[in-house]
Amino acid sequence: MLTVRIIPCLDVKDGRVVKGVNFLDLIDAGDPVEQAKIYDKEGADELTFLDITASSENRDTILDVVSRTAEQCFMPLTVGGGVRSEKDIRNLLLAGADKVSINTAAVQRPLFVQEAAKKFGSQCIVVAIDAKRVDGGDFQVFTHGGRRATGINAVAWAKQMVDYGAGEILLTSMDRDGTKKGFDIPLTKLIASSISVPLVASGGVGSIDHFSEGVIEGGASAVLAASVFHFGQVRISEVKANMSALGLPVRL
Amino acid sequence: MSVAIIDCGSGNLRSAAKAFEKMATKTTGPVYVTKCPDVVAKAKFIVLPGQGAFPNVKKGLDSIPGLRESLQEQVVDCGKPFLGICVGMQLMADVSQEYMPTDGLGWVPGEVSKIDPNRYLKNEDKPLKIPHMGWNAVTIYDSDHPVLNNIDNGSYFYFVHSFQLKVKKKNHLIATTDYGIMITAVVGRDNMIGTQFHPEKSQGMGLRLIQNFLTWCP
Repeated sequence: MLTVRIIPCLDVKDGRVVKGVNFLDLIDAGDPVEQAKIYDKEGADELTFLDITASSENRDTILDVVSRTAEQCFMPLTVGGGVRSEKDIRNLLLAGADKVSINTAAVQRPLFVQEAAKKFGSQCIVVAIDAKRVDGGDFQVFTHGGRRATGINAVAWAKQMVDYGAGEILLTSMDRDGTKKGFDIPLTKLIASSISVPLVASGGVGSIDHFSEGVIEGGASAVLAASVFHFGQVRISEVKANMSALGLPVRL
Repeated sequence: MSVAIIDCGSGNLRSAAKAFEKMATKTTGPVYVTKCPDVVAKAKFIVLPGQGAFPNVKKGLDSIPGLRESLQEQVVDCGKPFLGICVGMQLMADVSQEYMPTDGLGWVPGEVSKIDPNRYLKNEDKPLKIPHMGWNAVTIYDSDHPVLNNIDNGSYFYFVHSFQLKVKKKNHLIATTDYGIMITAVVGRDNMIGTQFHPEKSQGMGLRLIQNFLTWCP
């Protein structure tokens, strides 16, 4: 049976991990490769790097990080943040990434997703959607870390991106992100049930139970989290044991 | 002596190359990602990965003068160990229905068709998510196959695909996986083996399969 994927996400800035686990045996806690190796050992099903490098001159640092990680971790690796052109995608894939996630560039020019899926295959194109509840109860797509409204309905957008060839949707609730209150279940459920491709739920995880809620109640195929893993509050193995006890298929 | 990973121009070979480089030894020789028929001819082991749509990968293979002939000669006539991965495995079939009917290499009789998200579902079930993406357990039929040495029944491998190969001859089916419907996971005959999953993305078990392949003497 296909198992639920648990995906730790590492925020990388100028080639360094911003928030990382600080285990005693770590030689360099800021090195993304060291962090990736820990998650690899702990049984992560995939790994995601989110590149939050702001300056354009440092943008290539992520390529080196991806390349060094891919030499040591033989599991699927997704890279997001600042993916704006086919050249960006090509460079990341050549460095060893398996998937790229596209967010703002898709909103700015939706056909970019179609062109990318055609060129590189849907299997490596993830569209990341940041959604937020607006007045009237609808969910809308936001960009720039939830600060900029687009006026686009989140469900319609997710469907359009799948039509354009996205192989997976990474959905982040901007209302829940950073709150530790758990996934936005109504949002997750709404999008997951509207699309034919797998949905990765993100934003708001604060405890072990939240992961299984995202799958059982939200209908997500995979769950992604950053800080709960980084600060060592929750171990990947604990999440999987909890899911398994609840009858969800996991890779133990 | 060397390992040739054939580059059909279809995306991400870096990831595959790194796993083979990790498992390569003095006996296997170096790993080359190549489009060159001569490099394929000199190799001891031949790997055909593949990502994206079947017709594109096939077109990529056919567009390089002499490459398909070299592959045919080395694998079918000389019997060199061959591993097809994902679309590379699907290319071993007679034909694929992805976008349009496209001929494969015809090494393993069978057809590649889209996974039907609604087939065999009970009333309360939701349609299957396509692509079939993630870690799934394999059921091994031919547990004596040298490339599956030390790989237990029920081991997990990483899949990502929307089409699947259905073989015509039962003895070519080496392993399957369960996605609500049965999906072909490994096919093979003689000196050829193909995996629908990505061994290069499947952590320890995947590396073990690659190591088995690189020590295979069919």
